[in-house]
Amino acid sequence: MKEKIRIASGQGFWGDLIDAPYHQVTKGHIDYLVMDYLAEVTMSILQKQKNKNPELGYARDIPELMKRILPICKEKNIKVITNGGGVNPLSCANAVMKVAGELGIKNLKIGIVLGDNILDRLDEIISSGAELKNMETGEPITSVKDKLLSANVYFGAFPIVEALQQGVDIVITGRTTDTGLTLAPMIYEFGWTKTDYDKLSAGTVAGHILECGAQSSGGNFLGDWKSIPKMAEIGFPIAEAFPNGEVIITKHENTGGRVSFETIAEQLLYEIGDPKSYITPDCVADFTSIKLEDLGNDRVRAFDIKGFPETEFYKVSCSYSDGYSASATLTYSWPEALTKAKAADQILRKRLENLNLTFDEIRTEFIGYNSCHGPLAKQLTEDDINEIMLKVAVRSHDFYSVERFGKEIAPLILTGPPSVTGFAGGRPKPSEVVAYWPALIPKSLVEPEIKIIEL
Amino acid sequence: MKKIKLIEIAHGRSGDKGDAANVGIIAYNDEGYKILSKYLTAERVKKHFEGICLGKVERFELPNLRALNFLLHNTLGGGGTVSLKHDAQGKTLAAALLRMEIEME
Repeated sequence: MKEKIRIASGQGFWGDLIDAPYHQVTKGHIDYLVMDYLAEVTMSILQKQKNKNPELGYARDIPELMKRILPICKEKNIKVITNGGGVNPLSCANAVMKVAGELGIKNLKIGIVLGDNILDRLDEIISSGAELKNMETGEPITSVKDKLLSANVYFGAFPIVEALQQGVDIVITGRTTDTGLTLAPMIYEFGWTKTDYDKLSAGTVAGHILECGAQSSGGNFLGDWKSIPKMAEIGFPIAEAFPNGEVIITKHENTGGRVSFETIAEQLLYEIGDPKSYITPDCVADFTSIKLEDLGNDRVRAFDIKGFPETEFYKVSCSYSDGYSASATLTYSWPEALTKAKAADQILRKRLENLNLTFDEIRTEFIGYNSCHGPLAKQLTEDDINEIMLKVAVRSHDFYSVERFGKEIAPLILTGPPSVTGFAGGRPKPSEVVAYWPALIPKSLVEPEIKIIEL
Repeated sequence: MKKIKLIEIAHGRSGDKGDAANVGIIAYNDEGYKILSKYLTAERVKKHFEGICLGKVERFELPNLRALNFLLHNTLGGGGTVSLKHDAQGKTLAAALLRMEIEME
């Protein structure tokens, strides 16, 4: 058994710094590179791409990235684990294989985790008694079934472990939890079992720290952010994992950013609910048990982490089409910038009303004034306000209303308050609103499937 | 009576959980955490976010991290891609909470 392994975060979301994975595999030693590409909304976008072209539906950055890092990973024996397979992990793996072939790489083995995509199995699943009720509203899924765009079960670390046990170089999954990507290599390397709740929770905590990339190594840091060194060359986090469940979070030497008690604590608090019960498919981690020790030199030890058995359910993330939205902005300058922006908003609303359009919501915000903090924002006198960006957004189930809204913005320039600018890019077009439907499904109804392809 | 602004003793991070926002607040030291635990109640946070948080506020303690986590329900205008809010994910709400002033006995 290895005494420790180094797991590096390569992406915090699809769209993160493109060079981050390259730096992680070149700037120092790592054993695993893990990359999270999937947000809730991403699955529906990928499903739409797959509907148009059955070969698509995965993070298309991956083949391009692999072209760059695969030779290095092979040479240094770095294994890559990613959930960027989206709704089509098999095509993603085939695309990576094609790249490997072009590079002349021999002996490449890719493990693919399938079975999370239950969109085509929904009738069967519903008829077997699973209501897939919305976890927030309690409604049964049948109320949106005709509008569903995607439905994916969140798998955890164990399907990835199964792939790793078959000696693969790369694991590509569909909807796997972000934390599972990091936990899996620890289970595999250290021989942890399904009842090692504390260790599974420790790995899950490490996964939570890594899943948003540099957000744990100095990015988006609300503490003393100005003191974070070399933000332009920010190093992404690395978890050094030990067989007993201890983890040290660090980053490569000579990179920017910072790993400290404060930067790790902020990430631990990110997007969590009840900290005593951080539920994953693998375990229930107790975030209140986490102890952190700042060792200095960008090293923070996380230890004494406790956890509980997994639940009987997987979380399902469904998305469905829920109307249309559009938004537009115009900028008004001093004098009386705010008064002008408010007047323009009123004129616009009156025109929309006169047109008898129907909206579920019209929202007006004054960017540069109070769009972030609303009533908590400091009140300014008109003379202190240099400019205001008016933002108006609408949402409706009536496509025409949203489209017509888009045609009423530019006219405000010549038919509304003065000293206005900033209208570019043409009329805002309606975009589909994709709503999210979180539900639970008994684990017995879904079975992960591992497929291995080799070069 | 001593008045302090939360930003002087704490930092934090916020994000979305559906239509709820999570706001994590972390004290810089143990003394700061004592102040947070005593004065930063769910009621006080609910009142601070009047007009922003339209649902209930839940409060959780993480003493090892000198931190409190708040769940602000019904806050993000529907959440996700449904929300028309400029800050649909509640990313700036941790900073908004740090605006709070506390009068200490």
